[in-house]
Amino acid sequence: MKKLMLTASAAALALAASAGYAAARDQIQIVGSSTVFPFTTAVAEKLGQGGKFKTPVVESTGTGGGIKLFCSGVGENTPDFTNASRAIKDSELETCKANGATPVEIKVGFDGIVLANSKAGTVVDLTKEQIFKALAKNVAVDGKVVPNPYVNWSDVDASLPATKIEVLGPPPTSGTRDAFVELVMLEACQDEVKAANEKACPEIREDGAFIEAGENDNLIVQKLEANANAFGVFGFSFLDQNADKLQGHKVDGVEPTFENIASGDYKISRSLFIYAKKEHVGVIPGMEEFIAEYTSDAAWGPEGYLADKGLIPLPDAERAKSAEDAKALKGMGS
Amino acid sequence: MTDTTSTMGAVGRPRSIHADDAAKARLKKRYAAEQRFKWLGAAAIAISALFLVLLLSTIVTQAWPALRMNYITLPVDLSSAKVDPAALDSVNYDTVIQEALAAKIPDASSRQDRRLVRGMISTGAGLQLRKDIAEDPSMLGKTVDYAVPVDDFADLYLKGLLAAKGSVAPVQSAITLSADSGDVDIGFDKDEILTFAHASGATEGENGVLNLTSGAASLLLEINGGIIKLTQVAPAANGGAAAKGTVITKPQGTTQAAGTAKLRVIDASESSRKISDKEIVWLEGLKGQNLVESRFNSIFFTSGASREPELAGIWGAVVGSFLTMVVTLAIAFPIGVSAAIYLEEFAPKNRWTNLIEVNINNLAAVPSIVFGLLGLAVFLNFFGLPRSAPVVGGMVLALMTMPIIIIASRASIRAVPPSIREAALGIGASKVQTVFHHVLPLAMPGIMTGTILGMAHALGETAPLLMIGMVAFIVDIPGGFTDPATILPVQIFMWADFPEPGFQQKTSAAILILLAFLIIMNAIAVILRRRFERRW
Repeated sequence: MKKLMLTASAAALALAASAGYAAARDQIQIVGSSTVFPFTTAVAEKLGQGGKFKTPVVESTGTGGGIKLFCSGVGENTPDFTNASRAIKDSELETCKANGATPVEIKVGFDGIVLANSKAGTVVDLTKEQIFKALAKNVAVDGKVVPNPYVNWSDVDASLPATKIEVLGPPPTSGTRDAFVELVMLEACQDEVKAANEKACPEIREDGAFIEAGENDNLIVQKLEANANAFGVFGFSFLDQNADKLQGHKVDGVEPTFENIASGDYKISRSLFIYAKKEHVGVIPGMEEFIAEYTSDAAWGPEGYLADKGLIPLPDAERAKSAEDAKALKGMGS
Repeated sequence: MTDTTSTMGAVGRPRSIHADDAAKARLKKRYAAEQRFKWLGAAAIAISALFLVLLLSTIVTQAWPALRMNYITLPVDLSSAKVDPAALDSVNYDTVIQEALAAKIPDASSRQDRRLVRGMISTGAGLQLRKDIAEDPSMLGKTVDYAVPVDDFADLYLKGLLAAKGSVAPVQSAITLSADSGDVDIGFDKDEILTFAHASGATEGENGVLNLTSGAASLLLEINGGIIKLTQVAPAANGGAAAKGTVITKPQGTTQAAGTAKLRVIDASESSRKISDKEIVWLEGLKGQNLVESRFNSIFFTSGASREPELAGIWGAVVGSFLTMVVTLAIAFPIGVSAAIYLEEFAPKNRWTNLIEVNINNLAAVPSIVFGLLGLAVFLNFFGLPRSAPVVGGMVLALMTMPIIIIASRASIRAVPPSIREAALGIGASKVQTVFHHVLPLAMPGIMTGTILGMAHALGETAPLLMIGMVAFIVDIPGGFTDPATILPVQIFMWADFPEPGFQQKTSAAILILLAFLIIMNAIAVILRRRFERRW
């Protein structure tokens, strides 16, 4: 028993001693948005399959958390890439520069946010205004701002079905929610509501009509299957992958299809980015090859494997330009 | 007293407060309460058992399909003309496999069709072939029958897990075709096909013409060994029907006698599924040739994470969990037990030790995410240890389990009767000898049980690891304590989050594996307790 204790404590000490560990990192580290995560991981796996480099480690920390880690400095303890479902903010760029990191922005594609329901339900044609009226916390009725009184979709607009408003969506911590609020709730905000209180526009009702279903979009998909009357708000890739069970609603007359999002006709879509740390290129092996893999047509082209995963590719001209800028490692703000 | 006895004699039985009607009612009520409580208890157990059965059966039924996978066996040409034995690394193995597959599906000649054919097999097939050749070079120089894993959607279709399911119905009509390739006109001498078209949700045009547009189910006519996809069906003047269609597989001959053709109906429209009519036809064709085989899914148990459901495995996470647990045990057990011995046997009982005791109890109740934050601040930022490494994960989890081990160890040391200590001290043993020769061995079963339960708790944690980068997509299987690694619960969480439906079964299968580990650990705890426990 005594011996056992001694060995065990020795092992503990040895571990504590390894605290001084700092060997050169030979593996790319990527952090950032959970929306870009499924695409970046696919590219990372491809790079690893090539056999020349270790497969990059990709963490899903959210856009804001990712940029914070990315911009915390230069060196082996900081990530080499960050995924972002929005462009880097000026304030974040300043922090980055102050810490000596120069991000290289690569726009990789688009992501559509769709409203969908089960195939068993009816497909409807919504306008952004109708979505706002159905989901906002406060709406204008007869020129007065009141808490949202609508119970059924038909109360919002007579053309809509007489089913209960029941929308499953992401919680406020999610990037999808941010984009949904920005692209729908803020844009379609009624003038009366805006006049009464500017901050009321992005507020989504909390009386049970909008159900926060958690960060996991798969959960929303499963709940929609079980309830034909419920609508769900999530990223296009989940509609794409579950096209046998779900159908997307038209927004402003446009169906959420791959082509319509790519052409920009479908309005609820946002750009996706990755940021590379210029200072790490040449130090951490494989960074240039990773960028080359990501920006190759076999990956992000209209027929590439990222399109299969649900990434909406950039238009040809923009893609070519983005690839060129990425190759040239054009740092931001320099 | 005399009064009472005389009254007793007068009225018969005494009026005792234990036997009157009110007392009987009270007694009945008490028995009823006991019965009610028993029933409630039984109901509570029944409900929890029901939930457990429900949970387990859902997971098991969902996980079951993930344990098997479909392979297509193809004659792959590995002669030196295709695969140069001198330059194995520069061979494009995907092309080798795709050529073998294309030879089996001669009808797919256009560029789009070839793309679809390529999509039917897993993108990892070439990689797997390369690995297998490296392990067994005797495959080279000849054509071998090689089993290739199919793509995730093809796999789901073959397992019957997609919403699109096919059914085959006989067609009574005699049929004539206008041609045997491209777009053809089809003549039927009976009109039964109209019923099928109506049922498929076709849109009705002028003169009763039924258009099988993108929203309708797919009708595939199997005739003379060929397959034709119907695009339009209309009633004909002779009481039969006329149809238009596109040939997918070339038929042998353009007429078919009554009652021998078949109609395959796939009940979801082609636009709404990730697997096209052509792929279904080809897969069914390969199945007809006995080339499709369902095998035990060894990939799932031997490989690391992947973005392709058919290539994703649990082994990387199992190794990561193991490495993390080793570090946790190596730190938490010796420190935890030593602390418990000191506090219980050596430390003076004063204000300071009281304070420490209270704080250990508090520490056991701290939310686990806090330990993650501590790990980030101390181990990563201050000591500069690598991100995503099992050594850091193990240290964080050790901090979390230590209070549990200390509390369990103290309880079992305290349970050793003082007579043992007194006897040892009485024959001249020192305090240290008493503790290490007598008290600790007797307390060990309890300490082990507490430790194993604490470890099982740590095995299921994800929250503290979020902060130190172990919640990550890691493909390579970790080879040491400082390699990036992830752990089982994190793998489950990530698979549950991926959009591909193929990951749903993987998630359940991974949950089963985690549960198996937890049950094994708990079983070890029970066995240890049973075998070595002493009663005084």
